[in-house]
Amino acid sequence: MIPGKETESRIEAALLEYPQPQSALLAVLHLLQAERGYIADEDIEYAARRVDVPVAHVAGVVSFYTMFRRKPPGRHHLQMCRTLSCQLRGCREILAHLRTRLGIAEGEVTPDGRFSLVTVECLGSCDTAPMMRVNDDYHEGLTIERLDALLDSMK
Amino acid sequence: MTDGRAQTLLLKNLHRSDSATLEAYLQGGGYRALARALKEMTPEQVVEEVKASGLRGRGGAGFPTGMKWGFMPKGPGPKYLVLNADESEPGTFKDRLLLERDPHLVLEGFLIGCYAVGCHHGFIYIRGEFVRPYRILLQAVQEARARGYVGKNLLGSGYDLEITVYRGAGAYICGEETALLESLEGKLGHPRLKPPFPAQVGLYGKPTSVNNVETVANVPMIVEMGANWYGNIGRPKNTGPKLFCLSGHVRRPGVYEFPLGIPLRELIYQHAGGMLRDDRPLKAVVPGGSSVPVLRADQIDVLMDFDSLAAAGTLLGSAGVIVMDDSVCMVDALLNLARFYAHESCGQCTPCREGTGWYVQILERLERGAGRKSDLDLLLDLSDRIQGNTICPLGDAVAMPVRSYVTQFREEFEEHVATRRCPRAAAAAPGRA
Ligand SMILES: Cc1cc2nc3c(=O)[nH]c(=O)nc-3n(C[C@H](O)[C@H](O)[C@H](O)COP(=O)(O)O)c2cc1C
Ligand code: SF4
Repeated sequence: MIPGKETESRIEAALLEYPQPQSALLAVLHLLQAERGYIADEDIEYAARRVDVPVAHVAGVVSFYTMFRRKPPGRHHLQMCRTLSCQLRGCREILAHLRTRLGIAEGEVTPDGRFSLVTVECLGSCDTAPMMRVNDDYHEGLTIERLDALLDSMK
Repeated sequence: MTDGRAQTLLLKNLHRSDSATLEAYLQGGGYRALARALKEMTPEQVVEEVKASGLRGRGGAGFPTGMKWGFMPKGPGPKYLVLNADESEPGTFKDRLLLERDPHLVLEGFLIGCYAVGCHHGFIYIRGEFVRPYRILLQAVQEARARGYVGKNLLGSGYDLEITVYRGAGAYICGEETALLESLEGKLGHPRLKPPFPAQVGLYGKPTSVNNVETVANVPMIVEMGANWYGNIGRPKNTGPKLFCLSGHVRRPGVYEFPLGIPLRELIYQHAGGMLRDDRPLKAVVPGGSSVPVLRADQIDVLMDFDSLAAAGTLLGSAGVIVMDDSVCMVDALLNLARFYAHESCGQCTPCREGTGWYVQILERLERGAGRKSDLDLLLDLSDRIQGNTICPLGDAVAMPVRSYVTQFREEFEEHVATRRCPRAAAAAPGRA
């Protein structure tokens, strides 16, 4: 499948932005992940070819940066901040509620594929703690009630 | 987000709902400073003005910005200015506010910086999770390009400048300037040994300066109003306005702007609304982001600037003020941070890689009630072995807080050992690991 026309042309554009093609590697990986939802083996091989580096280098980069996933996430990828400011404002209660309500632990996906749950480090939104990122969006100032309403609204 | 009594130089456009647009920025006098720099000043004059203003970097270390730019070699040949928008220090969220709400202010400051150091291709490194600010910034660059502020022959001055916005992918260490450059080259974010410093060997092996978002946001006002005017804000050697991030147990968390040198007590009790719960008094404050030494409640009569906080045994850092009330277990709070650093260590240096893991194990043990008396000294000993012995300052960034929590709240650590349990665990909420 890799990659679609649209992704391919965006990769082309990314390569043009840097004096050295290798600089486009993270951009290429972001684009491939956006298309598939995660980074598959063939994406690693493809990225290596496009920016002209060894496959092993790309594999290393993928595992170094926490945003790259090697497995499909749920349709709604819940990323709960666990760092100090969020902890002080109750992220543990929110996380405990998420675990119970979804019936999964961190790192797991619900059987219907709707939700996946992970904890992440500080997302730079400490004033609106507790907060979590869902796919690309921030959801801030969470309470159990607001969280339930949010989950209900997600198909 | 701001307080009525606050000063607004950095946040002056934020009252507008359309503050991120070019139109709004221009109506507030935007891009006049860029025009002035390009048309009336030589690059050297810009550097001199910034030097004279006393501006110190807002990314954590407080190094004088003009001096840093002055280290860049003169003459032709590629050199780079890189904007550090990685903002990942726990407790810090000021750069995101600027990027989302006033991207043109950040961009204008950055463009002037590029001109000052003679850079023709500037890079903005933004953390990958900041998708919204990234899109806003891309839009701002596009708007600026359409008006001739980016591209060939800037405002007819003959100076060419390209800008690339680069997305990181989730790694705190990439905020460290040399790790950031490695990452920008498409590699693992592994900090480099210094020297050579980036001003000699930086991005793609060329001279490079790295600046924080808030730092460059100060530059347009320096160029427009002059170094003298700017130097009168704040305190001697600690000049200018500053963004303070308040989080934790305060009633009104948020970003507050004041001149450097505002008292910490005033910041907490007056501006951030005081303690979140009336029956829960203040216990501890981290004044500058998670990597600086913690203060006890009786130590908050200190001024919030680089030198005053250093004299008080801590640091201004990124000005991320984390407030904790007396419900907090300091062992538990430190464990949270130790897990952060263990997760974020890049793994190159043994003291950092192994030490952060040990911290976690020891603190977990203390929290469980299985701690030993010798654990306190072990924590301090580990800090001595890590600090100063690593490639980059991440090692220090965890060794310093550990040492300060253990020494400042020693009785509490001892209580964990003596009573074989966490004295605050019963009161703590469910979900506590
Ligand atoms: C572990 C670590 C993380 C850092 N993270 C950031 C960051 O997120 N943003 C930032 O501007 N500076 C960060 N810094 C500081 C940078 O290395 C660098 O000093 C700064 O970007 C220089 O900009 P300034 O002179 O404008 O302050 C970090 C440093 C270390 C050691
Ligand atoms: S101190 Fe830690 S983060 Fe820094 S280079 Fe060494 S191992 Fe990496």
